[in-house]
Amino acid sequence: MIDAQSSSGIVVADGLIKQFGRFAALRGVTAQFAAGKLYVIVGDNGAGKTTFLRTVAGLAPQTHGKISVLGSSKIKNVRAQIGYMAHPSLLYDEMTGIENLSYFAGLYGLPLSRCREVMAAVKLDPDLERPIGQYSQGMRQRMSLARAILNDPKLLLLDEPFSNVDLRSAHEMVGLLAQMRDRGKTLFVVTHQPGLLESIADEFVWMEAGKITRRTPHLQVPQ
Amino acid sequence: MRRGFTLLALATALLLSFALYEALIAAPTEQTMGDVQRIFYYHVPSAWTAFVLFLINFVSSIVYLIRRNPKADILALVSAEVGVVFCTVVIVTGPIWARPVWGIWWAPGDIRLTTTLVLWLIYISYLILRRMSTGGRTPVIAAVVAIFGALDVPLVYFSIWFFRTQHPSPVIGGGGSLDPRMAHVLLINWAAFLCLAWLLSWVRCELEVATRRVDEAQALESLRESSR
Amino acid sequence: MSFFAITRATLAKDIRLEWRSKDAINAMLFFGLLVVVIFSFAFDPTAEESRRIAGGLIWVAFLFAAVVALNQTWARELRNQVLDAYRVSPAAANPLFLAKALGNFIFVCVLEALMTPLFIAFYKLRALGPAWELAPIALLGTWALVINGTFFAAISLRTRSREIMLPLLLFPISIPALLGMVNATTAVLSGEESAWFWIALLLAYDVVFTTVSLLLFELVLEAE
Repeated sequence: MIDAQSSSGIVVADGLIKQFGRFAALRGVTAQFAAGKLYVIVGDNGAGKTTFLRTVAGLAPQTHGKISVLGSSKIKNVRAQIGYMAHPSLLYDEMTGIENLSYFAGLYGLPLSRCREVMAAVKLDPDLERPIGQYSQGMRQRMSLARAILNDPKLLLLDEPFSNVDLRSAHEMVGLLAQMRDRGKTLFVVTHQPGLLESIADEFVWMEAGKITRRTPHLQVPQ
Repeated sequence: MRRGFTLLALATALLLSFALYEALIAAPTEQTMGDVQRIFYYHVPSAWTAFVLFLINFVSSIVYLIRRNPKADILALVSAEVGVVFCTVVIVTGPIWARPVWGIWWAPGDIRLTTTLVLWLIYISYLILRRMSTGGRTPVIAAVVAIFGALDVPLVYFSIWFFRTQHPSPVIGGGGSLDPRMAHVLLINWAAFLCLAWLLSWVRCELEVATRRVDEAQALESLRESSR
Repeated sequence: MSFFAITRATLAKDIRLEWRSKDAINAMLFFGLLVVVIFSFAFDPTAEESRRIAGGLIWVAFLFAAVVALNQTWARELRNQVLDAYRVSPAAANPLFLAKALGNFIFVCVLEALMTPLFIAFYKLRALGPAWELAPIALLGTWALVINGTFFAAISLRTRSREIMLPLLLFPISIPALLGMVNATTAVLSGEESAWFWIALLLAYDVVFTTVSLLLFELVLEAE
């Protein structure tokens, strides 16, 4: 079966402009991304990487231009299939890991067993009584990833997943991401440490001043 | 476009001068209140004009939420701004009239004056919100607040209506019928004020369109600079 | 998951978080106490006078205390940007709004329950009219403050200096509700006239603004 997604791409952006008052964060992004691949988005601070991710997630609707995600231009309709991990943790500091996840699982209509499953997947103990606020940075990032993959999303958007994470945890997370890609998921990873993903990335997407300037199969230093 | 504007400006100037003559000289002097009653020719048309503008604000806010057309947002902003100007005229002229006629500056039980005051407060807070909100989200939340404000008006009216029946106040009722000559002057003044409101809104709209165009260009330009 | 299940889960989550952190409740209760005490110094009426002005005093005090509480509504959702986690989920916007409004309602009711006996003690209040009518007045009046307060607190999130923005938006719109609460309370305390017109007005206000809030909240949540 050939559906619209596989023929035209899982994320299709056409002339995306996102303007915040007197500042434009995206300045005409036109690109197609195929399903089942792992894309790494790289670029300087303020290049529009986070805004692009938020636009794809439906959090920051574009000012001009068109976007279609998972075959739908109304991102609201496909939210159940999108996972989003932001730079902040998106978790309640005063609740334990499993309390956080069970609240969010409720929003997706998922059972408690799924929460234990994803906590195990990111190598965290579901029975840990500590509130998230007392987790180490690495544990919190993994917890944040657990929340993002709670609904087993077809499209996973990750913003700086490795910041402040020790090398061992980072490699574990990379392994998990590779597994997800191999199961046919599409991943977008914004990171300042693209080297970590060199071995598993399908494509590197370079952003500069609100535009995608080049797409390369390997991480190479741009001239 | 330019010609239409010049014509409107001329018509407004003529109408306003004619209305001024009519109100101050041609209209008959009111028997009990005397000349102070003439402020009525400014007070009432300003109120009507402000209400028309607030109605435009309400309608264009709804239109914006449905169509997401920036023009509707600009119209909402401009009608609220000009409406507040006319509403201010109402609130200033009201007490000037009330003091010699009723013997007090402000009648808290007077339904029309108090409703207008609440309206004025609501639209000022609307304009402050527009000023304070950040990023590209201003039009949506402003439109939402405009709808809340407009729906509040009938509730304000009824609450003050009942408040008044409890607290008797020196309100002159609408009992006496208006002298046809006075009604005539009143309508001429209203026409002049509507033209003035239209003219002001026109200028303000053009200014807003230009401001937004500059902002948008600057937004894109600033990024190009930073990329170098 | 259904509308009410999400509302319940969100409300339970908020109460649990408040219970653990006690961010707002302690400060708020103390604030309520302070308002009553300061009012008692500022106004020192006879029993007869106090019956006439108490309706106004009580509700203005509640309004101030409520604004401080309402400003905390969304603070928890802003820390770590948790609100985004809700926004990317398929859950509808309204259960979140309703949960927040109910949470604030409970919160402000607790506050009022604490402040009312103090007012009665300081002002030697005794109702001459049917005192049971104060219950629907308090419930409807509190909901009137809370429903718009929760909504405008969400709007203020999208502005600079949001703490000051909330009262600027809330007070003008609340004027008819405030007239309703104050006059209904005074009517009951003085026993001179019926409070039912004002109760009907409060009911109309509550119905209108609950409906509009539920219709428009999604637009506010999605605005960015």
